[in-house]
Amino acid sequence: MKTKKMSSNTLLLIITICLFFVMYGAGCVMYSAKGFTHLQTFLNILINNAGLLCVACGMTCVMLTGGIDISVGSLIALDCMFLAVGMERWGMSGPLLCVLVLVIGIVFGLVQGFCVGYLQIQPFIVTMAGMFFGRGMTAIISTDQVPISNEWFVGLANKKIQIPFGAYTNNKGVLQVPYIRISVVVALLVLIIIFLMLRYTKFGRSLYAVGGNEQSAIMMGLNVPMTKLKAYVLSSFLCSIGGICFCLNTMSGNVQQATGLEMDAIASAVIGGTLLTGGVGNVIGSFFGVLINGTISTLVKTNGKLLSSWSNIAVAALLCFFIVLQSVFAKIKERK
Amino acid sequence: MDNNVVLTMRGITMTFPGVKALDNVDFTLRKGEIHALMGENGAGKSTLIKCLTGINAFEAGEIHVDGINGPVVNHSTLDAQKKGISTVYQEVNLCGNLSVAENLFIGREPRTKIGTIDWKTMIKKSQKIMDDLEMPVNVTQNLEEYSLALQQMIAIARAVDMDCKVLILDEPTSSLDDNEVEKLFRLMRQLRDKGVGIVFVTHFLEQVYAVCDRITVLRNGTLVGEYPIAELPRVKLVAAMMGKDFDDLAAIKTEEQADFSKAEVIIDAKGLSHKGTIKPFDLTIHKGEVVGLTGLLGSGRSELARVIYGADRNQTGTLKVAGKEVNIKSPIDAMNLGMGLLPDDRKEEGIIGDLSVRENIILAMQAKRGMFRLIPMKDQIALADKYIEMLQIKTASRETLIKQLSGGNQQKVILGRWLATDPDFLILDEPTRGIDIGTKTEIQKLVLKLAGEGKSIIFISSEIEEMLRTCSKMEVLRDGQKVGEITENLTQENVMKAIAGGGSNE
Amino acid sequence: MSKLKKITGMNLFLPVFCMILVMLVNVIFDIANGNFAFNFFTISLRNGMLYGRLIDILNRGSEIAILAIGMTLVVSASAGTDISVGSVMSLAASFCCMLLAGYGVASTSELAMPLIIGVLGGILMGCVCGAFNGFLVAYLNVQPMVATLILFSAARAIGLLLCNNLIVYVRNDSFGFFGGFLGPIPTPIVIAALCILVMSLLLRYTALGLYVQSVGINKKASRIAGINSAKIIFLCYIVCGLCAGIAGIVASSRITSADSNNIGLNFELDAILAVALGGNSLGGGKFRLAGSIIGAYTIQAITTTLYALGVSTEQAPVYKAIVVILIVTIQAPPFKAFVKRLSAKRELTKGGAAA
Repeated sequence: MKTKKMSSNTLLLIITICLFFVMYGAGCVMYSAKGFTHLQTFLNILINNAGLLCVACGMTCVMLTGGIDISVGSLIALDCMFLAVGMERWGMSGPLLCVLVLVIGIVFGLVQGFCVGYLQIQPFIVTMAGMFFGRGMTAIISTDQVPISNEWFVGLANKKIQIPFGAYTNNKGVLQVPYIRISVVVALLVLIIIFLMLRYTKFGRSLYAVGGNEQSAIMMGLNVPMTKLKAYVLSSFLCSIGGICFCLNTMSGNVQQATGLEMDAIASAVIGGTLLTGGVGNVIGSFFGVLINGTISTLVKTNGKLLSSWSNIAVAALLCFFIVLQSVFAKIKERK
Repeated sequence: MDNNVVLTMRGITMTFPGVKALDNVDFTLRKGEIHALMGENGAGKSTLIKCLTGINAFEAGEIHVDGINGPVVNHSTLDAQKKGISTVYQEVNLCGNLSVAENLFIGREPRTKIGTIDWKTMIKKSQKIMDDLEMPVNVTQNLEEYSLALQQMIAIARAVDMDCKVLILDEPTSSLDDNEVEKLFRLMRQLRDKGVGIVFVTHFLEQVYAVCDRITVLRNGTLVGEYPIAELPRVKLVAAMMGKDFDDLAAIKTEEQADFSKAEVIIDAKGLSHKGTIKPFDLTIHKGEVVGLTGLLGSGRSELARVIYGADRNQTGTLKVAGKEVNIKSPIDAMNLGMGLLPDDRKEEGIIGDLSVRENIILAMQAKRGMFRLIPMKDQIALADKYIEMLQIKTASRETLIKQLSGGNQQKVILGRWLATDPDFLILDEPTRGIDIGTKTEIQKLVLKLAGEGKSIIFISSEIEEMLRTCSKMEVLRDGQKVGEITENLTQENVMKAIAGGGSNE
Repeated sequence: MSKLKKITGMNLFLPVFCMILVMLVNVIFDIANGNFAFNFFTISLRNGMLYGRLIDILNRGSEIAILAIGMTLVVSASAGTDISVGSVMSLAASFCCMLLAGYGVASTSELAMPLIIGVLGGILMGCVCGAFNGFLVAYLNVQPMVATLILFSAARAIGLLLCNNLIVYVRNDSFGFFGGFLGPIPTPIVIAALCILVMSLLLRYTALGLYVQSVGINKKASRIAGINSAKIIFLCYIVCGLCAGIAGIVASSRITSADSNNIGLNFELDAILAVALGGNSLGGGKFRLAGSIIGAYTIQAITTTLYALGVSTEQAPVYKAIVVILIVTIQAPPFKAFVKRLSAKRELTKGGAAA
């Protein structure tokens, strides 16, 4: 009786991790000539998806409460545009703007969280309004493509943090030292902090309790509306951090930026074993979800012949597969 | 207040719109006793408990809790919990997705110096609680991995660990098997010995006699009495709950019984069952016969009917309708065979609240005709008016939303819905609950009239008297099993004895 | 006071009120700009075709009105919204244009296939998408919005694939007809009117409306009363897909091309807003088609007005998002309770002052 049984949720997570290794392995076999086996390919996945990782962490927290946040994509567009226009047109300093972006995230989250937690409006409706609001606000700031040339920001973006192992010489005989960017460090920090928060703080455990059984959570004396509010604030805040990371990659502001990112974030969380009904999930799973997401788009890119929309379709198909899997597991559980 | 008493409720009164749910009810709980609160549906058990735990607000009366000066009024369950009154429901109010340890400590987790959750201490403490109660539980495992019985015991353990003085167990055993029930009882006795006062609400008589020290019986919102267990044998308990004293028992049924054994068999069920609710049973119903299903609440009387109707799919057995073997997958199949079901949970399964009386009446008939053959509005109006008049439904108009009607009138609308489909076989589950006496008689008359027209009827009620008046045969159920059939000597005494079962008089 | 309550409590108060409000804004705006005061209502005949701002609103609002029909059913039966309609529109348009132009062809004036096959193909594609959503919602019990999120993101991508990542132009008059004119009247208005008519007839002469509302209000009781609840929900999603397909064809015909990235963009918001504005609860149950339709044209009136006020296409969602939040807030139970408490308090103080 004292041995720990494996639950269907652990099974989902294991499927995900295996899936990642199979995919990455397949990539290594198929495209080894294109350098897929080098460590840098993996690091590039991290660099390209640092923003997504931050967003996925926030999304996981919201989904744990049984909610969802589809405003993240347009909030990132808003953040990027704000940064770009702020630095290039208003001549504000980079660090100040970064702080302001985080404040925007918190305010955005406060409004959404209030609507969901205290007004009891369906999260989807609230965050959908948030999604359109964010995108529209971006357009109000500017409808142009605004490239960033701010010295501080460019310096930040170009900073390479070299990794002391895995170096190789390329076919021109130049030694290539693998590196990561500052955004990866930020994203990994976020990942670790959220992981610890979910495990070791009262707020973290409350998220699970609220998502597991809201009625019980109330009976056990938890402040459910407040917990939900905080979850949405956290999501939007992390999304803003993700927005800065995202901007470090794109170095511009544009209305159409990060369209469909909410889908990637939700897919990452779901693929990583977060239940749509709430209460179950972990950021480690979401991390692998993000990696799978990144691997798919890298595979499509490396292939070169496939249209980029294939990666969208693949992610959607994967999401669909996992949703069906969750639903089947839920049915089995019910029958038990 | 008596030193030994932990909880007293005096003169508790509360009314729901139109109904006096509790009328001057007293209740006393002593330290270290298990006190059964008994009563049929609508007796006011759950209302009384809800008044105590702050879910319902009562209008008159006082509650006193040991150790607190002055009358206590709780505003929420949480409020009650803080005052030492904990409730454990049939549906466990814990989070299945969290570990056992967390469920025991959520909201009051031990912290480390930097304010994070101290998992080590929490696990150690909770393992000790479990070990003390001799529960074979790994506290790091998720709660949902354990059986419902264990989950319930964990819920109790949480309540006890939070220093509760009064523990209310509301139907905790409904979904447990015998072995699990025994484990629960052991825990209850342990707690009793530690001085906790336990209120035990159940509808299983055996269990009351197995574990309780004292019984309080309610009926129709009033207090019948408080008895030490030894002074109230089973049959008397049933009588107290059902509202007839043995002394004035008299045979009510006088008219000559018609013999149905030669009539056409409409329903012939062999070995039907539904996992978890009703064990395999056989049942034969003839044309024009009114069969009563009796037994206490939770005995499987509703569940049996639901299996025949296909509201719950049968897992075993065969069903013949009018001699032909049929396979009923969903209610519409049953309806096409001429059946109808008036469910006991009117709000959840009966009315479509936001639709009008007219729409509610024609719904089943429309479903039978199919979507593309809409009943013409003229006929709809005629149908609605016909049943409003026939059943004397009190409604402002036929277009009034059904949710605005009183319970009894809602019930009549649902009854009208089924009569409109002109069924051969009608299942009426508690058709008279919450209805005034006059209407009750009307419905009983209607049932007899329908039977006279050659319709077969299953009649389920918690009032034996009205079943005696209408039924020609009674099936007795206990604990999800059909335990008997009474065709002759249909008297209150016989039926009550059959319901009570087991060791009759002591 | 009681008269006011009577008026505000009327069935179609919210959408009609909003419509009047928008018109007023227009009139005031025209006056402020020194234009003829009833510019808004003027309809003129040019080259045998109708023109005017009202006609423009009716014309442009056709797609939203068509979408609102399907969305109303989905919201009513499943208490959730279909957020994939915009993307499905785009997919239907892409599929239709691909059929008409042939795969991989970027621009054509000759049809590769009879027009009817292309159009029916596009509409069928909408139905297939609806069936996919409906299957997930009705039979696998996935939350409606999560289920439709899959196609929300994938349908456009699939459309791009079908069109080989191109904007496919079908420069053929017969295809352009659906977005053009039928005699003096813009064809989209006629198509929308037809759709509305068909759905009204269905609601009038079949039990569809009764079934959908019944399932939306109480799924369990409906089942006991003999209605196959899952099948009804499934059906609603198919109808919603069908509507999205038709709207997609119209939208694509207007620009005689399949622009996967832009057709139907943000239309899901408009459709949901139309339903909410029509006084239908997003929590499911009772619905009024007329409300949704008026709601749809009101949205278009708002959009047109916003454009007239110099707001760009990309900025308009900001205002609509605010309207959505306002409407759902008014519908939210905690808000209602709050208002009730507030008015009770006011009455109490009034009574106190009197005494």
